[in-house]
Amino acid sequence: MTITVQIPSALRRHTAGAGKLDCSAANLHELFSVLDEKFPDLKPHLRDEAGQVRRFLNVYVNEEDIRFLGGQGYTFQDGDEVLLVPSIAGGAE
Amino acid sequence: MIAYELRCRECGKTWGNIPKSICDECFSPLEVSYDYDAARAVFTRERITGRPANMWRYAELLPLPPDYRPSLPVGFTPLLSAPHLAKELGAKRLCIKNDAVCLPTLSFKDRVVAVALANARSFGFDTVACSSTGNLANSVAAQAAREGFKAWIFIPADLEPAKIVGTQVFGAKLVRISGSYDQVNRLCSQIADERNWGFVNVNLRPYYAEGSKTVGFEIAEQLGWRLPDNIVVPMAGGSLITKIRKAFDELIQLGLVEEKQVRFFGAQATGCSPISTAVKAGSAEIEPQKPATLARSLAIGNPADGHYAIKTISRSGGWAEDVSDAQVVDSIQLLAQTEGIFTETAGGVTVGCARKLYEQERISPEETTVLCITGNGLKTTDVLAGKYAAEEPIAPKISQFDKYLEQALDAPLTVEAA
Repeated sequence: MTITVQIPSALRRHTAGAGKLDCSAANLHELFSVLDEKFPDLKPHLRDEAGQVRRFLNVYVNEEDIRFLGGQGYTFQDGDEVLLVPSIAGGAE
Repeated sequence: MIAYELRCRECGKTWGNIPKSICDECFSPLEVSYDYDAARAVFTRERITGRPANMWRYAELLPLPPDYRPSLPVGFTPLLSAPHLAKELGAKRLCIKNDAVCLPTLSFKDRVVAVALANARSFGFDTVACSSTGNLANSVAAQAAREGFKAWIFIPADLEPAKIVGTQVFGAKLVRISGSYDQVNRLCSQIADERNWGFVNVNLRPYYAEGSKTVGFEIAEQLGWRLPDNIVVPMAGGSLITKIRKAFDELIQLGLVEEKQVRFFGAQATGCSPISTAVKAGSAEIEPQKPATLARSLAIGNPADGHYAIKTISRSGGWAEDVSDAQVVDSIQLLAQTEGIFTETAGGVTVGCARKLYEQERISPEETTVLCITGNGLKTTDVLAGKYAAEEPIAPKISQFDKYLEQALDAPLTVEAA
């Protein structure tokens, strides 16, 4: 089983320019583990100090927000296209 | 001019001034920060009140390039007392901030677009773009035409006809997307990643969002340089409510108004209520929703600033409410009939939620409360379809009219003695 992960251009300086990655992660947890391993420079950008995936990172599977598919509980299907898209806030705190 | 630059809200890294909305380090939103010490000497009541009645009178606390010369009198919309609506809601001191008459396209989005395009010019973009639920589309299209930009506008395919025509008429390229606003927005993030366009609510977003502060500056000035006790704000992406709070905080910090704890109340449609749902549940995080409401200008199921809107509301001691589509339409009619203001669905949401907040005694009638009306009813007349029957025409004869009037009044017409 293979899924394809698209890396947004803002992050490609931490992936040696790679714009996508094929892998066989079964779920979100495994996907981030794969990314941590493949692109160690990317890790501090994807995860906060406590190791949690950052609040403003949205994950889409075949154009659908993964939270509508079950989030952490979603099992990737063969051929899934995964998008990492930072959420665009204008946030005054 | 006062120096300003982008700063990450979470990790504090500064980025100068570039078209960028997300911190590369931690993915958090960037925010415009100002040299407030320098602002203190020049951002004064005297200087502001001596300037023309538009939002540019607050230029020192807007991110405007030094050579920028505004060409439109955007903003400074009326703050009206609303005694008749107040009576209906059980209120005493109620005001309407009426951005239904904001120039040039009759919504508060004119404010944010004006600031975004000022920066698009200085960053050298020849094309501007946006994802929009309608009002932003109208405003980007109009102001791009006036300022000489090419415009690409991305909207959910099911928008109100008036908002579609009101975009196309300005010569903008309109791209209809089969999907929700959240899908349009996600697509625009990807497009912005690939093309050198000034997306007002993507890569220009930190600058754009600052334009919303002028709503807050104006309310304070129009109340005689005082802050209200309560403010009710419609929420889509959740940015406006956070920026009004930033405006009030800046006025306090620079000594233009006395410090006061203003309570912020957020308003949503029940069919798309991710922020009010979180506030009611006491959660700091947004659970995204699939919007199902006729208040399409507020139909954002994954609000970008939702997290910050929740913080603004909860820290202020405020609350969030939501109303059904039927209540939205009733409230549009109520505002029109009591105060002569025709607002779009978002305004119906605000008025409907205000009614609930008074009923729940979360807002005290004696306190000064401002309702933010952000858009014009002429853009969403379709929601009133069937509410008013088309009358049979009558012949242009006085006798016919007398007969008509007699029927209409359901009583014999008595002619006054000459």
